[in-house]
Amino acid sequence: MDCSLVRTLVRRYCAGEENWVDSRTIYVGHREPPPGTEAYIPQRYPDNRIVSSKYTFWNFIPKNLFEQFRRIANFYFLIIFLVQLIIDTPTSPVTSGLPLFFVITVTAIKQGYEDWLRHKADSAMNQCPVHFIQHGKLVRKQSRKLRVGDIVMVKENETFPCDLIFLSSNRGDGTCHVTTASLDGESSHKTHYAVQDTKGFHTEEDIDGLHATIECEQPQPDLYRFVGRINVYSDLNDPVVRPLGSENLLLRGAKLKNTEKIFGVAIYTGMETKMALNYQSKSQKRSAVEKSMNVFLIVYLCILISKALINTVLKYVWQSEPFRDEPWYNQKTESERQRNLFLRAFTDFLAFMVLFNYIIPVSMYVTVEMQKFLGSYFITWDEDMFDEETGEGPVVNTSDLNEELGQVEYVFTDKTGTLTENNMEFKECCIEGHVYVPHVVCNGQVLPNASGIDMIDSSPGVSSREREELFFRALCLCHTVQVKDDEDSVDSPQKSPDSGKSCVYISSSPDEVALVEGVQRLGFTYLRLKDNYMEILNRDNDVERFELLEILSFDSVRRRMSVIVKSATGEIYLFCKGADSSIFPRVIEGKVDQIRSRVERNAAEGLRTLCVAYKRLTQEEYGGVCQLLQAAKVALQDREKKLAEAYEQIEKDLILLGATAVEDRLQEKAADTIEALQKAGIKVWVLTGDKMETAAATCYACRLFRRDTQLLELTTKKIEEQSLHDVLLELSKTVLHYSGSLTRDNFSGFSTDMQDYGLIIDGAALSLIMKPREDGSSSNYRELFLDICRSCSAVLCCRMAPLQKAQIVKLIKFSKEHPITLAIGDGANDVSMILEAHVGIGVIGKEGRQAARNSDYAVPKFKHLKKMLLVHGHFYYVRISELVQYFFYKNVCFIFPQFLYQFFCGFSQQTLYDTAYLTLYNISFTSLPILLYSLMEQHVSIDVLKRDPSLYRDIAKNALLRWRVFIYWTFLGVFDALVFFFGAYFVFENTTVTSNGQIFGNWTFGTLVFTVMVFTVTLKLALDTRYWTWINHFVIWGSLLFYVVFSLLWGGIIWPFLNYQRMYYVFIQMLSSGPAWLAIVLLVTVSLLPDVLKKVLCRQLRPTATERVQDMHPQPRGHSPLASPQGPHPPEVACRSWRGPGCPHSGHGSCLETPL
Amino acid sequence: MTWSATARGAQQPDNTAFTQQRLPAWQPLLSASIALPLFFCAGLAFIGLGLGLYYTSNSIKELEYDYTGSPDTGNCSACAEAGQDGAPPPNCSCALNFSLPELFQGPVYFYYELSNFYQNNRRYSVSCDNAQLSGFPSALRQPVNDCAPYQYGAAGLPIAPCGAIADSLFNDSFSLWHQRQPGEPYVEVPLDRTGIAWWTDNHVKFRNPPLVNGSLALAFSGTAAPPSWPRPVYELSPDPNNTGFVNQDFVVWMRTAALPTFRKLYARIRQGNYSAGLPRGDYRVHITYNYPVRAFHGRKLVVFSSISWMGGKNPFLGIAYLVVGSLCILTGFVMLVVYIRYQDQDDEDDSDD
Repeated sequence: MDCSLVRTLVRRYCAGEENWVDSRTIYVGHREPPPGTEAYIPQRYPDNRIVSSKYTFWNFIPKNLFEQFRRIANFYFLIIFLVQLIIDTPTSPVTSGLPLFFVITVTAIKQGYEDWLRHKADSAMNQCPVHFIQHGKLVRKQSRKLRVGDIVMVKENETFPCDLIFLSSNRGDGTCHVTTASLDGESSHKTHYAVQDTKGFHTEEDIDGLHATIECEQPQPDLYRFVGRINVYSDLNDPVVRPLGSENLLLRGAKLKNTEKIFGVAIYTGMETKMALNYQSKSQKRSAVEKSMNVFLIVYLCILISKALINTVLKYVWQSEPFRDEPWYNQKTESERQRNLFLRAFTDFLAFMVLFNYIIPVSMYVTVEMQKFLGSYFITWDEDMFDEETGEGPVVNTSDLNEELGQVEYVFTDKTGTLTENNMEFKECCIEGHVYVPHVVCNGQVLPNASGIDMIDSSPGVSSREREELFFRALCLCHTVQVKDDEDSVDSPQKSPDSGKSCVYISSSPDEVALVEGVQRLGFTYLRLKDNYMEILNRDNDVERFELLEILSFDSVRRRMSVIVKSATGEIYLFCKGADSSIFPRVIEGKVDQIRSRVERNAAEGLRTLCVAYKRLTQEEYGGVCQLLQAAKVALQDREKKLAEAYEQIEKDLILLGATAVEDRLQEKAADTIEALQKAGIKVWVLTGDKMETAAATCYACRLFRRDTQLLELTTKKIEEQSLHDVLLELSKTVLHYSGSLTRDNFSGFSTDMQDYGLIIDGAALSLIMKPREDGSSSNYRELFLDICRSCSAVLCCRMAPLQKAQIVKLIKFSKEHPITLAIGDGANDVSMILEAHVGIGVIGKEGRQAARNSDYAVPKFKHLKKMLLVHGHFYYVRISELVQYFFYKNVCFIFPQFLYQFFCGFSQQTLYDTAYLTLYNISFTSLPILLYSLMEQHVSIDVLKRDPSLYRDIAKNALLRWRVFIYWTFLGVFDALVFFFGAYFVFENTTVTSNGQIFGNWTFGTLVFTVMVFTVTLKLALDTRYWTWINHFVIWGSLLFYVVFSLLWGGIIWPFLNYQRMYYVFIQMLSSGPAWLAIVLLVTVSLLPDVLKKVLCRQLRPTATERVQDMHPQPRGHSPLASPQGPHPPEVACRSWRGPGCPHSGHGSCLETPL
Repeated sequence: MTWSATARGAQQPDNTAFTQQRLPAWQPLLSASIALPLFFCAGLAFIGLGLGLYYTSNSIKELEYDYTGSPDTGNCSACAEAGQDGAPPPNCSCALNFSLPELFQGPVYFYYELSNFYQNNRRYSVSCDNAQLSGFPSALRQPVNDCAPYQYGAAGLPIAPCGAIADSLFNDSFSLWHQRQPGEPYVEVPLDRTGIAWWTDNHVKFRNPPLVNGSLALAFSGTAAPPSWPRPVYELSPDPNNTGFVNQDFVVWMRTAALPTFRKLYARIRQGNYSAGLPRGDYRVHITYNYPVRAFHGRKLVVFSSISWMGGKNPFLGIAYLVVGSLCILTGFVMLVVYIRYQDQDDEDDSDD
């Protein structure tokens, strides 16, 4: 990120400020344009080298060190280390240098290895051969030597080496097919079009003769946006100007399919390709736990500084008497005497800081990182979240947010493809009020030649028969579906017309495929698009050919698309297909009322409806349309806006033909999952682009709304009747009045008498609420709206644009309670909200992998969210909060005795423990048990967590890291430290503790304190451990054993080459003394006693839901009130009608959800 | 250091107990029904132990006599007064009298105690050279810088043993005299001055430098004695096995104390008629009063103590065990009450359901 900025600056500097322009001009094949054209500004472009690596061999060490020390914790430890090096401090620099060195080295090795892999991948990519044209010859060159303006030839199944403008292909129609699987994950074939005027250049010589310049915008990362213009010069005429759009652009990383070869000219190379621009890192998300950890760290930093200050001040007060400052037995050197008092005080302060610096342990960061990294593997390994059908398992894109999964308060879910399968099935169509239901489906295959029309209403008359056929033709023609060819069937004219029935349709929208397949069942088969002619097979098995004149492509704002075709008889039609709300206002003729009622009825059943309309164009009208479109397409600036305006003008005065209904089945267990999430105290919001009725029906089906839910509507329709202000006030009165009467009760559970509210809001109403008003009181509406939302158990937002989804998430995220939000979705339109929410989850779905790529976690199905949150999230949160608290606790235990000892050693910064103990305490004596705990602990079993979602409420709102808990742990640490220190003090005070009368020294004293501490701290963890696998046993008892063995060894030998003997035989001597053993037992017991007492009493007096479940668990005959409503659902619940109240009965589909 | 698991779940994950987090596990629960018996058992055991420890500690006898300058027990105040400003006059000797009405059950250990002396001061406690004390000749000539200002003597000669700890070696000496009956002559009680230091310190850690021509004095040639010492280190004792760095008094002193008031073992009384203890009678401690403590407001004591398996007299452990044991039982009862009452409530709750 920084680098690109620097690069930009350098480039600006090199090219000169005046050369920095918004567009670039490219000479195709480096041929100068004929004189007389516009003045050309030379620009410098990078070569085609891709650099994804961060380091080079030379800058690795300095750059990596710099990166690592930018982290505040590492920097802190570095400062401590440097202080230890510079001034005379009580502990050797090794004690903080070694762990720091360890952490830095491990991280550097890991990053270096990753970078080495990137280097390898880069050089493989940069060196792969590329064919390009030079002086009419085909030349091979390494990819990195490619320059802007080069003409490149790409063969089938090769990836494009840079962003190319598509000049020509060997296919006659100037198209080619590409897959962009590596860019956005969509594996469908997409058609790109060669520039109209160059598509005839088929050979190297031809293409070398091309004389053209391209003007286009500077590179930008949006994969789907491109505007440019090509000027083709020919000797005779004026230059031809053609617009270039994203359909002419072939992106680096995409792969050429079904086309033998293409020619293209490089316009963006190397790091300026859209692919490279898209690899820039996303913004980092930080979890709530990390935030509280940082707050605790600051508290501890303050404690540390105040400890050091207190000691420094006391030291100088105490030393004010000269016989204490410099007794005869301990005189100072001359230089010490002469040192400035303030300098001395400052060095003393630093020395105390160093002495107590372990209170912020370097190892905590390492342990937390390791815990997150290793722990996230349990998600990827989880068999329950593996989808057999697709062969996909969960993907963890970041492990930083594991524990955030246990803190979610709001879930924002997409509907299509997330709650529903996005597996569309054509249900019916309604032509002028007559309903047609194709029903001949057998195992997903269409039975050929079966007459598949089931007339529900009376058979239509002659004129309507004409309309009916027009409707089917419209469905056959108005789409962007491609036919997946079998091998070389593209140009085989002898293909029998019947074989078209087995062809497979591909489209980016599953609705379209469903429609085309549905029409096929009704007798009209779309065959292919060839040379701009669409071929369809009608009921009489005759091939009809329509010339495709224009496609007014679909976009989410217009919510419709159109085609303009010319029939064989020369008539020009415009067919338009789109959402009812965008079609009805543009209709001037047709049986609007009948169709509208049918559409509404279908929508209420959860079907996706589309309306079809047409109009006939005369030749003159078509000419006007062409001009309008051409003008918009050539525009370099605001092309999208101009196109939209043009479309708006063209798609009007339509004649309504009919409507279609497509069913999108609910994902399995979607309802179950939503119910579980709601029981867990999570509010579920559905955000969808669909229309209200459809979305509401889905909400009923997945039990987001229940039968007794009172629906509140905040929709455009309602706002039209009253003003927004009144509607909001009225709603809030309804809701708040009620929730005011039972303020606390809604947390205690789901009592049946509690009124549920569900809110439905649509995009237009939302934008009204969000829109700042002139008088500046917009925030009032927002607050009011938030208040209403808070008291609703479920909210449905329909008709949402992608950006509005993110807006909603943001609104909740920054509301005054700052709840943790989670967004889940599967499509590109969900990416914005996935990025916005605290946790973004992508469903690896049918609409490509874009959501999954941008998410923090990706799961194959919506139902996996349940285990992800209720089990994994719960575990991770419990584990990491214990990890954080325990780390602070054990370091209070570690450092507080040191602090106390200062009062007994004349504030001389004498350490209580030996250097080896200081160094190894956090690294080896107490590190592994807590790491293993934080990976393995299961305070309740997985099954219980799944069965009883309400346990999730026990950890809501960061419950285990609240100040109360933090202070409890800190005080426990202080108490334990007091016990260790004064226990050892009174045992050792003024007496001998051995049977031979010999006296122990200060190191034995420290070792006794340390031994008691290691045992207490480890046993405290053992007390907290609920899930003892053999690994826990091994690690807990193993690390205690390791401590003993290490101490025996460390004191058992006079280590050669270490001028260091103070621990010699200290540990063994201590063990030879009876009172030392007794003191260890006593002090460990006393230290653990309050915690045991607190645990037992809390469990007895005020048990949390979790503790109740734990109590119950060993006895299966458990009698908890929580157990009764759980258990397997009775079958009538699983298969109950999913239709909302007041929904009219219809003849099919009464059980959407498959009970499993 | 932002690590992330990038492993793709492209293939079916392993179905092992570990990866599925279903390892067999023991799941103990710290509930009242387990904790209660535990508390009672621990309480009883602690009370038992505490009683034992308390009686053991009580059976140990200890006598302390301050000789810094208290006029009633002897004439050491004269020496102390004389040396008000600094060191007491050389070879000032004094005596301390006490009498035992009955047998002081032995074996008796003879300690001296200093107070307000910060052997655990950091600058003090690092001020020695381990290599020198291990007898490396090179270190003998070049003491480490930690020893400063006791590194090089006035003449520029390296000090051996260097450092503040060695320099401040306790140099009062004691002898104990016993008078069976009033009027009888005082008999010297034999003091065993061996075995007062850790065996490992005396035999492994501390070593004299290799002898030169069979002479320890020559081995130390070219070094200076610490400034406060009246004689060089090789003359600490006439016994060749107890002189130089391996002198037991020196080794005892070099093990720095943990707290500012500390005792060090001076001698064991276990020979002749005194192996069973000190018989009743009058005793006099003859003291060569050299060590200045008034300057830092310290005190000097002599201590006679008998020793059991648990060492010297220390009632703390016994009392602590008793207190903790009774606390355990008390909380056990409290919890029992809570448990029973709660259980009733729970049953009522259940019957409501």
